[in-house]
Amino acid sequence: MSSQQIPETNLPVEQDAAHGAVEAAADPFADPGLPAHRPRIQDIDERAARRSERAVAFMFTLSMLATIGFIASYVIFPVDKIVYIWPLGHVSALNFSLGMTLGLALFLIGTGAVHWARTLMSDVEVADDRHAIEAEPEVKAKVMADFAAGAKESAIGRRKLIRNTMFGALALVPLSGVVLLRDLGPLPEKKLRSTLWAKGKQLVNMNTMEPLRPEDIVVGSLTFAMPEGLEEDAHDFQTQIAKAALMIIRIEPDNIKDKREREWAHEGIVAFSKICTHVGCPISLYEQQTHHVLCPCHQSTFDLSDGARVIFGPAGHALPQLRIGVNSEGNLEALGDFEEPVGPAFWERG
Amino acid sequence: MSTATETKRKAPAGERVADWADGRLGIYGLAKANMRKIFPDHWSFMLGEICLYSFIIIILTGVYLTLFFNPSMNEVVYHGSYEPMQGIRMSAAYASTLDISFDVRGGLLVRQIHHWAAIIFLAGMFVHMFRVFFTGAYRKPREINWLFGFLLFVLGMFTGFTGYSLPDDLLSGTGVRFTQGAILAMPIVGTYISMFLFGGEFPGTEIISRFYSIHILLLPGIMLGLVVAHLILVFFHKHTQFAGPGRTNKNVVGMPLLPVYMAKAGGFFFLVFGFIAILSAIATINPIWALGPYRPDQVSTGAQPDWYMGFAEGFVRVMPGWEINLWGHTLALGVLIPLVLFGVVLAALALYPFIESWITGDKREHHILDRPRNAPTRTGLGVAWVTIYFVMLIGGGNDIWATHFHLSLNAISWFVRIAFFVGPVVAFIVTRRICLGLQRRDKEKVLHGRESGTIKRLPHGEFVEIHEPLSQGQLHTLTAHEQYKPFEIGPTVDENGVERKPSAVQKLRARLSRGYYGEDNQIAKPTAEEYKEITSGHGHH
Amino acid sequence: MKKLSARRRHPLAAVVVLLLALAATGGLYAAFAPAGKAQADETAQSLAIDEGKKLYSVGCASCHGSGGQGTTDGPSLVGVGSAAVDFQVGTGRMPAQQPGAQVPKKPVIYTQAEIDQLAAYVASLGAGPITPTGSQVDPAGADVAKGGDLFRTNCAQCHNFTGKGGALTNGKYAPDLEGVSPKHIYEAMQTGPQSMPSFPDSTMPEQEKKDIIAYIKTVNGDESASPGGLSLGGLGPVSEGLFGWIFGLGGLIAIAVWVAAHTAKAKKS
Repeated sequence: MSSQQIPETNLPVEQDAAHGAVEAAADPFADPGLPAHRPRIQDIDERAARRSERAVAFMFTLSMLATIGFIASYVIFPVDKIVYIWPLGHVSALNFSLGMTLGLALFLIGTGAVHWARTLMSDVEVADDRHAIEAEPEVKAKVMADFAAGAKESAIGRRKLIRNTMFGALALVPLSGVVLLRDLGPLPEKKLRSTLWAKGKQLVNMNTMEPLRPEDIVVGSLTFAMPEGLEEDAHDFQTQIAKAALMIIRIEPDNIKDKREREWAHEGIVAFSKICTHVGCPISLYEQQTHHVLCPCHQSTFDLSDGARVIFGPAGHALPQLRIGVNSEGNLEALGDFEEPVGPAFWERG
Repeated sequence: MSTATETKRKAPAGERVADWADGRLGIYGLAKANMRKIFPDHWSFMLGEICLYSFIIIILTGVYLTLFFNPSMNEVVYHGSYEPMQGIRMSAAYASTLDISFDVRGGLLVRQIHHWAAIIFLAGMFVHMFRVFFTGAYRKPREINWLFGFLLFVLGMFTGFTGYSLPDDLLSGTGVRFTQGAILAMPIVGTYISMFLFGGEFPGTEIISRFYSIHILLLPGIMLGLVVAHLILVFFHKHTQFAGPGRTNKNVVGMPLLPVYMAKAGGFFFLVFGFIAILSAIATINPIWALGPYRPDQVSTGAQPDWYMGFAEGFVRVMPGWEINLWGHTLALGVLIPLVLFGVVLAALALYPFIESWITGDKREHHILDRPRNAPTRTGLGVAWVTIYFVMLIGGGNDIWATHFHLSLNAISWFVRIAFFVGPVVAFIVTRRICLGLQRRDKEKVLHGRESGTIKRLPHGEFVEIHEPLSQGQLHTLTAHEQYKPFEIGPTVDENGVERKPSAVQKLRARLSRGYYGEDNQIAKPTAEEYKEITSGHGHH
Repeated sequence: MKKLSARRRHPLAAVVVLLLALAATGGLYAAFAPAGKAQADETAQSLAIDEGKKLYSVGCASCHGSGGQGTTDGPSLVGVGSAAVDFQVGTGRMPAQQPGAQVPKKPVIYTQAEIDQLAAYVASLGAGPITPTGSQVDPAGADVAKGGDLFRTNCAQCHNFTGKGGALTNGKYAPDLEGVSPKHIYEAMQTGPQSMPSFPDSTMPEQEKKDIIAYIKTVNGDESASPGGLSLGGLGPVSEGLFGWIFGLGGLIAIAVWVAAHTAKAKKS
């Protein structure tokens, strides 16, 4: 529509209102057409244009300097140098200087290019016609005819046996790929049902790696334990601790509301799984005044004085308790494995 | 002789290279159609560019990071230069991430650019998607491009998730643990998928290397293909534009690719890259050295995923702990329902264009964008969706909101539970009313002109404000939108007196259509007759 | 005796006598002095207890009972030990101002001497953890990395990776550990104030507490390095997401507005 050039003259041209003026009488809301182009200062004032040119060149030059600064920073600053920069705090000199110089080098190329486009390149709006995306009927007819001819020549519609067996073969062949995935991992079997705990395994303090004794554990304290024999450098340490981690607290036996919990405790010392029954986060935000324990991931809250039942949040069942006693050496020991699977619920859990 | 003439007017080097390429690639044909391709100027049309450029930045920095990262869960004892981790047992993945951060010069910067760009990539896609939504740019012929964009957003979420899990730090490991717990909650197949994905029991020794190939190869490969397809369709469809003088459904008004958009879009790439680099110079992201290596028996409070997974986290956090135990099987609804909702909420967004076009029955192409006010029901639904999303983001960060606004964690969870149901309804009603109010104001402006701020005293003493009539361009812009008539089932008795039973689907469509375009649900736009009557008559103050 | 008397005029006799006298005096002192000092200490102690009791009656008895037996408004203080008093009063938590989910940290209103007196009085009610000495809590030479590992096992679940604090149930919270003195951190671990469980020496030996203190001071002190730039509160993805949206995407949109905006037109003349 209006693809006029930038006016040669240095004065803005007064255009008549719009070419749609005639229609306006009939329809006041008619499209008046593209408004006339109005020049920028740079279009009519060569000095302004030259200022723009200098600004763009200045930005590109600064960008070059910033890149040089980047290389200099890389060479000058040791990787572990920490400096105080207000308001960032004590930051790595290298990270800061590399980031700023690289950022500026890139950013100035961008500002230069955009400033150039905005002030010196033509800003005349041009209209481009759209064409319907849908094909013309004759094109469609031709395609359909071609397709029909092709289909007929292949005889796919007539020779049904070929067609059906081909579909069968194509449907089956991806199965090979699925079968190949079988060795990604073992079958679940009963793996999720047992942990390393067993009768006679001593409870080892995760801080000191020493066996825990009942007198070590006072009311209001919180201790974490793992089964004896599990070493931190064992190849399956992570997998084992993910199920066996234990949280140990002591409650005055009279304050334990759940009968089974009291029986499975030793003089009020109770051992619960540290793995949340919701999705398995290590749960251990123990509030010693209320005996509530909160999961930091999804805020399931359990009452450790009442069989660790769920009192808030998305967990579906209580934390499993480990039955404990004292062995001949006076150390705490497990009296068996957990009676139910630890951690999140799963279909076969029952 | 011919040789002589050719040597005489030998083409410049650039042209000769182009000729060579054209003989093999046909580039002149391509360039003819695209070199002066017109793009309209509007800041909101550049949101997609933010996404594209941050995606490119992520690929560039990601390739660099693979040079130093070791995706292995082998246990090592750290002896690098970060003192508070000396002698600590960790996976090789975590140790190599510490090395990238503390021993590779510039490694920390590249890691931070990679991660900040990912945060911005996802945020950009979110805003871009809602620009498209609220302006109706997803309508025919762009429904498929909407789906491509939607897939990019969803794949971006999972690429991000697998990416931030790679350093095997305590925070991301907790997220992986959550994923495993969620997989276990799937009925029947849960335990199998978990065992296959992790190569055994959690955490096993495989997951980081498997996430690595998913993160650097599988997902980005698909995304790259989708990005290319998305862009090809943008070129093919040509950009949409807002209504205005000279802008019709049959043209596109703006500036040519060469040179203006080459400079603006190319420059914008550098602006985005530079900006993110500066951001990475001044703000830490994911300081894995402070988080410690992953151990399944350790955890920190404030365990959240990156923001784009936050709404899923919100669903999981505020869900009550329902669990069904029957016939020796457990159905962990407390985890399963949030997973299903996560899918449903996203799917609703993907399917919306098809639902709307079914209701309108409109088969025409649309290249002129709607102003959000002129589609009140759509805008209301969009705001309702965003409300659910942000309510769930609050739920996903409930512990941080609790400590920083001195609120109770439990109170926030209850607020989110209620707001999940009430929030979108309120948001929908309020938004629609605002839209209708704005439509009325537009109508007022068209018919009576715009308030000039000049007060005039009439002979009989009354003070009135002078309204200036709008220019024809403004009048056109404000009345250019189309208004649908609600879909009617039509007479249920035909000319022969035979009764016809409208199907339930038809009835539903008619009801929805009334909800969208019924009398109370849009303001009839002013007609030329109304305008003429008012402007020619006395009403013109 | 003859020999003795014969030698008493020996030139060295005076020296011998002097030595003997000195030894006797020293011996006597050695025998009696500690008793005397203990007596003096005891007197000082009972004075402190008396003074503490006076302070207690004024500032604490209304909630904790006249003899520290506790009331409905405050727990019993029998057996909490001097460390608990030193922590609670020394961090300004006690005396509490108003009921709430949790008693917050406030400006301290007692002098350290008064706190010691209060602590002496409460300690006299029943044996409990004793206020640690300076060398017990000094993190110098402790193993920061080991402390970090212990911190992540025992503390991070409530106090966050670097001790920035976190939420507990119903409005309770684990406070930020920045600026908390090593002594108070030590006492908190020993005594378990409010919701916090205790980590007694029997399960977490003194050296491990020092390691933990050293770790906290390294990662959450005034001088703690944040190599990547602003730490954004050290809160993890929530604050990072907010920053990314507001400053990251917000900044880029502002740039986009500039890129897409029309350049100023020349004024029509």
